[in-house]
Amino acid sequence: MRFPNFIRTALPAALMAISASSYGAVAYVSNEKDDTLSVIDLNTMEVTDTIEVGQRPRGITLSRDMTKLYICASDSDTVQIMDLATHRIITELPSGEDPEQFALHPNDRHLYIANEDDALVTVVDTETQDVLAQIDVGVEPEGMAVSHNGKWAVNTSETTNMVHWIDTSTYELVDNTLIDQRPRHVEFNKDDSLLWASSEIGGTVSVIDVQSRQVIKKLTFELPGIHPDKVQPVGVKLTNDGKYAFVALGPANHVAVVDAKTYDVKDYLLVGRRVWHMAFNENESQLYTTNGVSGDISVVDVDKLKVTKSIKVGRYPWGVVVKP
Amino acid sequence: MLKRLKNPLKLACSALLLSSTAVMAAKQPLTIDIAYLQYQPDRPPALSNVLPEPEDAGLNGAELGIKDSNTTGRFLKQKYQLTSKLSADPEQIVAEARELYDNGQRLFVANMPSAQLQQLAEALGVDALIFNAGSQADELRTEVCLSNVLHTTPSRSMLTDALGQWLNAKRLKEWLLVTGNQPEDRAYATALKRTAKRFGAEIIEEKAWSFDTDLRRTAQSELPLFTQTDEYDVVVVADERGDFGEYLLYNTWYPRPIVGTQGLVPVTWHRVVEQWGAAQLQSRFDTLANRWMTGKDYAAWAGVRSIAEAVTQTKSNDAAILRSYILSDEFQLAAFKGRKLNYRDWSGQLRQPIPLIHPRALVSQSPQQGFLHPVTDLDTLGFDKPESRCRMQ
Repeated sequence: MRFPNFIRTALPAALMAISASSYGAVAYVSNEKDDTLSVIDLNTMEVTDTIEVGQRPRGITLSRDMTKLYICASDSDTVQIMDLATHRIITELPSGEDPEQFALHPNDRHLYIANEDDALVTVVDTETQDVLAQIDVGVEPEGMAVSHNGKWAVNTSETTNMVHWIDTSTYELVDNTLIDQRPRHVEFNKDDSLLWASSEIGGTVSVIDVQSRQVIKKLTFELPGIHPDKVQPVGVKLTNDGKYAFVALGPANHVAVVDAKTYDVKDYLLVGRRVWHMAFNENESQLYTTNGVSGDISVVDVDKLKVTKSIKVGRYPWGVVVKP
Repeated sequence: MLKRLKNPLKLACSALLLSSTAVMAAKQPLTIDIAYLQYQPDRPPALSNVLPEPEDAGLNGAELGIKDSNTTGRFLKQKYQLTSKLSADPEQIVAEARELYDNGQRLFVANMPSAQLQQLAEALGVDALIFNAGSQADELRTEVCLSNVLHTTPSRSMLTDALGQWLNAKRLKEWLLVTGNQPEDRAYATALKRTAKRFGAEIIEEKAWSFDTDLRRTAQSELPLFTQTDEYDVVVVADERGDFGEYLLYNTWYPRPIVGTQGLVPVTWHRVVEQWGAAQLQSRFDTLANRWMTGKDYAAWAGVRSIAEAVTQTKSNDAAILRSYILSDEFQLAAFKGRKLNYRDWSGQLRQPIPLIHPRALVSQSPQQGFLHPVTDLDTLGFDKPESRCRMQ
């Protein structure tokens, strides 16, 4: 029914081949309901290109050397690899069914993929395209993260309400931490001592001690004039200097700014509607948020903690990454 | 390639998993036995018999609830088991339930009309915990208070209030009410009248449908005349079994929308609900049952999931402990309706948003914006605490 990818991407890819390499910093945004990626030039803050990809693109992540972009094409049941020099899809990885989010191991080869419909985490070698392991996890696996030291892969399952701890040396599930309803995103801090995990329906963010795998702090959010049930944390981003955590609050249409040391909520920033995922630019002076319902990206000035701009992208933007 | 790989890998992984969970938790697994009881009276024939409700509506939902819970249970050493009893004989189903109860069974999900549910609640001890996934009777939430029953299916008033809020938001304030001749149609009409009063609508005329002609042939000529009254904004229909209501659409005297049990319908659940992760629940259900998930399936699923959520948090399978946790402020259920759900501590009713659908799309979801309540806007749907005699606690 649909044209093969190479036909759809060949023409724009050819046109883009020259301009793509001439960019400065660029943000890639996956548009879940348009089957496209929007490319934003971060100097001009304008959408410079829209690239057709597989169906229902959600999670996206960059290779370490920033030459390739991995795309979870959920409804195509595949993970696509895009060459960022040409914006051409070069490979499709065997991902298991309905891949939603993934995380790349620091070895730059092993991709940990959450298969939402199958209650599995699939580990794929991106070079040989071999499936290295499939690990049974809870119902509706969603968030994925690999610790910076490469030791842990963690996955959240939305209906089982757990964080699953996978030992990357054995692919064995070794522990589970129960957190609030509908866990979504997980993020390790820089030294891998803490894991931040959001619970969308629970309305909380749990901070988990990695060594004991126990919850040490549970953050809640209160916004004047917004019903507590609409406060639904999804994306979490931590600054490298350990100062802030940013939490995207979904249909509350705000991003919470949390002091990452005291866990106090410092501020709430109004962004677009149904804010889900976020990314920093290279020096972390700016944060970009995907706003699904309003179909745009909000730009946050991290020093001033102000929203400075919104940029229209495709329908239901989901993931965002920045290539410096 | 992947398909081939999958099974051996899966086996290997679950073997690993078993060995590792065994190390993690050396204690005995906790077994949670849940009984699903369905009394299905014979359905009277309906004129519009094109798409009958599936016979196993409810059962498959409970089965999926067990499956979902066991996936969680695997990590926590909990094992959920379902015993199901389906009968067309109301006395037999109560007797079978009593036998289970005498053998120690305390957790039940019941899919049956109000009268049979009341018999069941009485036949089982007060220490049983029954989830009502079948009856939408308002009396069970207001007058007839069963202390061992919680309701996962919304009441008729919750459904009609959900519709009434939407009609109010759309300024469709003059209603023509058309009611069928079955007792449940009259109950639905009663709920609609209460809703009209609550949300400031006027029923300009009420008409009772009693014709017994086959409308598949004659709808076009009968119904325009039947709906020729003073002008109305909308036709509100109460025809729960779908006898004639489907034929009202496009056949009314004035070209007006049809809402209620046909047309735009307030429902517990429907296949068109796919936001908030519901797409995943729907596709798990499709795989299990090879059909769409109905409201009864959803209510039975929510009953099993409520038990499992309480078991996970209390680490107990004792019905009294589970009941008190479920009715506490602590309890929250993620049930694919966009927010956490909990139970009203007076009537034992699961608070929940109500989707408004037509057969191919979600139109809206109530409570509508702007309908406020001092506790939670979900309590703008159905009978509120001061309107109910029930006190579960």
